[in-house]
Amino acid sequence: MPRRAGAPEVNAGSMADIAFLLLIFFLVTTTIETDAGLDRMLPPIEPPETDVVIKEKNIFQVNINKNGQLLADGELIELKDLRTKAMAFLENNGDGSCNYCQSGKKDPSSSDNPTKAIISLKNDRETKYGTYITVQNELVGAYNDLRDRESERLYKRPFTAMESEYIKQETPASVKEELKEKITKIQEMFPQKLSEAETSSSGGS
Amino acid sequence: MSKFAKKKSGELPAVSTASLPDIVFMLLFFFMTVTVMKNSDVKVENVLPNASEIKKLEKKDRVITIYVGAPTREFQKVFGTESKIQLNDKFADASDVGDYILMERAKKPQELQNVLTTSLKVDKNANMGLIADIKQELRKVNALKVNYTTYEGDAFNNLK
Repeated sequence: MPRRAGAPEVNAGSMADIAFLLLIFFLVTTTIETDAGLDRMLPPIEPPETDVVIKEKNIFQVNINKNGQLLADGELIELKDLRTKAMAFLENNGDGSCNYCQSGKKDPSSSDNPTKAIISLKNDRETKYGTYITVQNELVGAYNDLRDRESERLYKRPFTAMESEYIKQETPASVKEELKEKITKIQEMFPQKLSEAETSSSGGS
Repeated sequence: MSKFAKKKSGELPAVSTASLPDIVFMLLFFFMTVTVMKNSDVKVENVLPNASEIKKLEKKDRVITIYVGAPTREFQKVFGTESKIQLNDKFADASDVGDYILMERAKKPQELQNVLTTSLKVDKNANMGLIADIKQELRKVNALKVNYTTYEGDAFNNLK
């Protein structure tokens, strides 16, 4: 018998099937997701060396009790009214130095101007986390609405869109540079001063 | 003229499937590289609240995650139904959070250690007391950047 020319060829016809099987496994197990949420900065633990005196009228006090009720600047309000309330407070423009505030009522008992206005959020230990997030969301929303409006006026683009482009990894450095300048400009117009005081324990219950 | 006789054109030639495995392999490698196997089981109820003013957490290597919620049913016998903190895959107290953050921070490369974000994945029925304790611990170890991780949606759904 003559010797065969070489080793017999392996049938590779089923390779595609095997590859498909693996492919489907990885397809099913993959979750391409990026988490998203509300970014916040906590205050540093050591108190500032110099005591800053802040006028009472420049603070917008928001209190949430354990039943999820809301006390804003001394009056009981509904959660859905919080955003407009906060915006009115930020834009009050009491000393008239803010030339970009549009609906400023110039109420002498409310904030002087957006750079001085501070929102202080207090909550009870028994407040539900869901309620707390809703309040946080509304307060951040109030800032975002104002910033969007100014950004729209100056750069014809909403602030939130610029910000999300800025944090994207794919954005080239030159674009980032340009965006950063605009973002800081808007942030200076409406600085986000949202203080989270330590929680009070529920008294009497 | 049999040399130039037309080929019979009755049937279409079959499409070659020889490159099919290559295409499939390409897809396979793509999914293999993007797949992230979850390294810790979530042992607590973790229905996040909704929010609309959210920012994406890009760059996963800069995130430390803390889970908070009531233990799931299989752990309720041992740990009760009160909200608990889960670090890696263990239940922990608020006082352990600081150590955990420092440990995780030490694992990261030097240049990332100052830009880490703590992602708080908290069940929407948890109480703020526990969150306040965690925040206090985070402040002690100077991990001030936090992200309250939420789903995208209308924030008023949280109240129902």
